[in-house]
Amino acid sequence: MIDIDYQVLNQTAAELRGIVIETSCKAGVPHLGSCLSCIDILTALYWGTLDDMPSRIGRPDRDRFILSKGHAAPALFQVLARKGMFPLDMLDNLARYGENGTLFGEHPPAHGIPGVEAATGSLGHGLPIGIGMKLASRMRGYNNRVFVLMSDGECNEGSVWEAAMMAGAQKLERLVVVIDFNKWQATGRSEEVLALSPLADKWRAFGWSACEEDGHDIKALSERFCTVPDGSGKPIAIIAHTVKGKGVSFMEDDNNWHYRVPTQDEVISARRELGLI
Amino acid sequence: MRNIFAKELTAHATDNDRIVMLSGDIGNRLFDDFKKVAPNRFYNCGVAEANMIGMAAGMAMMGFHPVTYTITPFTTIRCLEQIRIDLCYHNLPVVIVGTGSGLSYAELGPTHHSCDDMGVLRILPNMTILSPCDPIEVKLALKAALEHDGPVYLRLGKKGEPALHREPPVFAIGKAITLRPGNDVCILGTGPVLAEALTAAKMLENECVSTRIESVHTVKPLDTALLGEIFNTFKLVVTLEEHSLIGGLGGGVAEWLADNSGYSGRLLRFGTADRFFEEIGTQEYAREVFGLTAEHIFAGIRNALQ
Repeated sequence: MIDIDYQVLNQTAAELRGIVIETSCKAGVPHLGSCLSCIDILTALYWGTLDDMPSRIGRPDRDRFILSKGHAAPALFQVLARKGMFPLDMLDNLARYGENGTLFGEHPPAHGIPGVEAATGSLGHGLPIGIGMKLASRMRGYNNRVFVLMSDGECNEGSVWEAAMMAGAQKLERLVVVIDFNKWQATGRSEEVLALSPLADKWRAFGWSACEEDGHDIKALSERFCTVPDGSGKPIAIIAHTVKGKGVSFMEDDNNWHYRVPTQDEVISARRELGLI
Repeated sequence: MRNIFAKELTAHATDNDRIVMLSGDIGNRLFDDFKKVAPNRFYNCGVAEANMIGMAAGMAMMGFHPVTYTITPFTTIRCLEQIRIDLCYHNLPVVIVGTGSGLSYAELGPTHHSCDDMGVLRILPNMTILSPCDPIEVKLALKAALEHDGPVYLRLGKKGEPALHREPPVFAIGKAITLRPGNDVCILGTGPVLAEALTAAKMLENECVSTRIESVHTVKPLDTALLGEIFNTFKLVVTLEEHSLIGGLGGGVAEWLADNSGYSGRLLRFGTADRFFEEIGTQEYAREVFGLTAEHIFAGIRNALQ
């Protein structure tokens, strides 16, 4: 178990929120609500769970993380930058986010960005890839863990449930799905668009060990992630209850921020609320 | 074709521990020997092809060389976006094997026909398309696919196809193989339907027409050096495939010809029409309906030469 100062991690999450909001304004990049809802999950993964990065990035038996909800790439890029994954020229490139000819886009690309394990953006692709990675790891005798972060809207995709059944059959106990359950998808309440609930029971019915957590409690999430495998012999689904736009009062649970880009004034208000000014 | 594929894959898997076999719940007993030599590298992925392709991508990212196998439409169009993003965008070494391609499963109805598979896969960057004409080419194409560091679609017929090569030829991706020399007309064909071309060539010979036949086993990338030579040499160039005239070999050759001026050779294309084959019938009957039999090819070429 890693010795973690969670006060520091809460501050890290606040700073990540601040820079993601600034970047959204500067580059005109949307999906802010989706980024903010998973910042604490990413923080718990990268600072509280995943094995030491970037020193292990070249090792085949390292833990894997796939951002299957690829539209939260602006958050992932800032996390990777802060973890020291990027050389200086890439940090310069990241600072020019959204400009023509730069590397960093609205979704994680297949090539060129250290720490991006798989290109995502079309939903429902990350879990099948994660299963392939974990089966490959098992064939090679690695004890690594594979984490896949999905959105609740993403659970609309049939490929998610194809994959869920495969992982259940293969008893991939070191495969973890985290669902950023912010109760919204692009244009509606996720529960109203397609019937999601009971979400944890759905995963259980597919052969998974499922639990529910506060998706903004970095300590609880880190501790949960560190109990993988959990002894059940099953893959693990963690339903992380979150608030879309978390951390900024005028963005929280307002689905307009799926696509809206903040003004300069809104950036200042947001940073003030986050305690960054 | 599928029997030699299973046998050869098993032989490769014995020597190469990167090979993983992913089946979409078909091939009952076909892979028993594979399971014996590599029990931990065989996965029945169920009737869940999108997940199967994504899994193959994940395994390839970890250093394996997965081979996916099921009936053609289900491992191509059914999971096209997984092929496009997970395999082609990442440019991963995965061999997608479609069995019962073209009109091989004519009796099974349009759900199981695939006269559009090459059309949809040919437009994907990084994709290589191999369409062998006989069991000998299947063996060579599989070996080449497993040596290729990127996605390959291997288009198979069913079982019992005759050998069209007398001797095992030299096989390289992107380099067509001459099945028969000739001077008056050149047939560029792909897949088992080339058997019809060989018969047509004999019929043309009786009329003093000398026919060259090329097995264009690689439909992507096209053998453009050969195309240049053929269209320089022959007044009539014929394409033949058990695939739509849109998007396959004939489509690709027509695109190449449109982009490359100065050739006097005329192009005549044999392929399936832009419609579903809704009648009931055998593969032979379906070929007859779409004008892909030796008699149709013979008549079409004779008319074009007049």
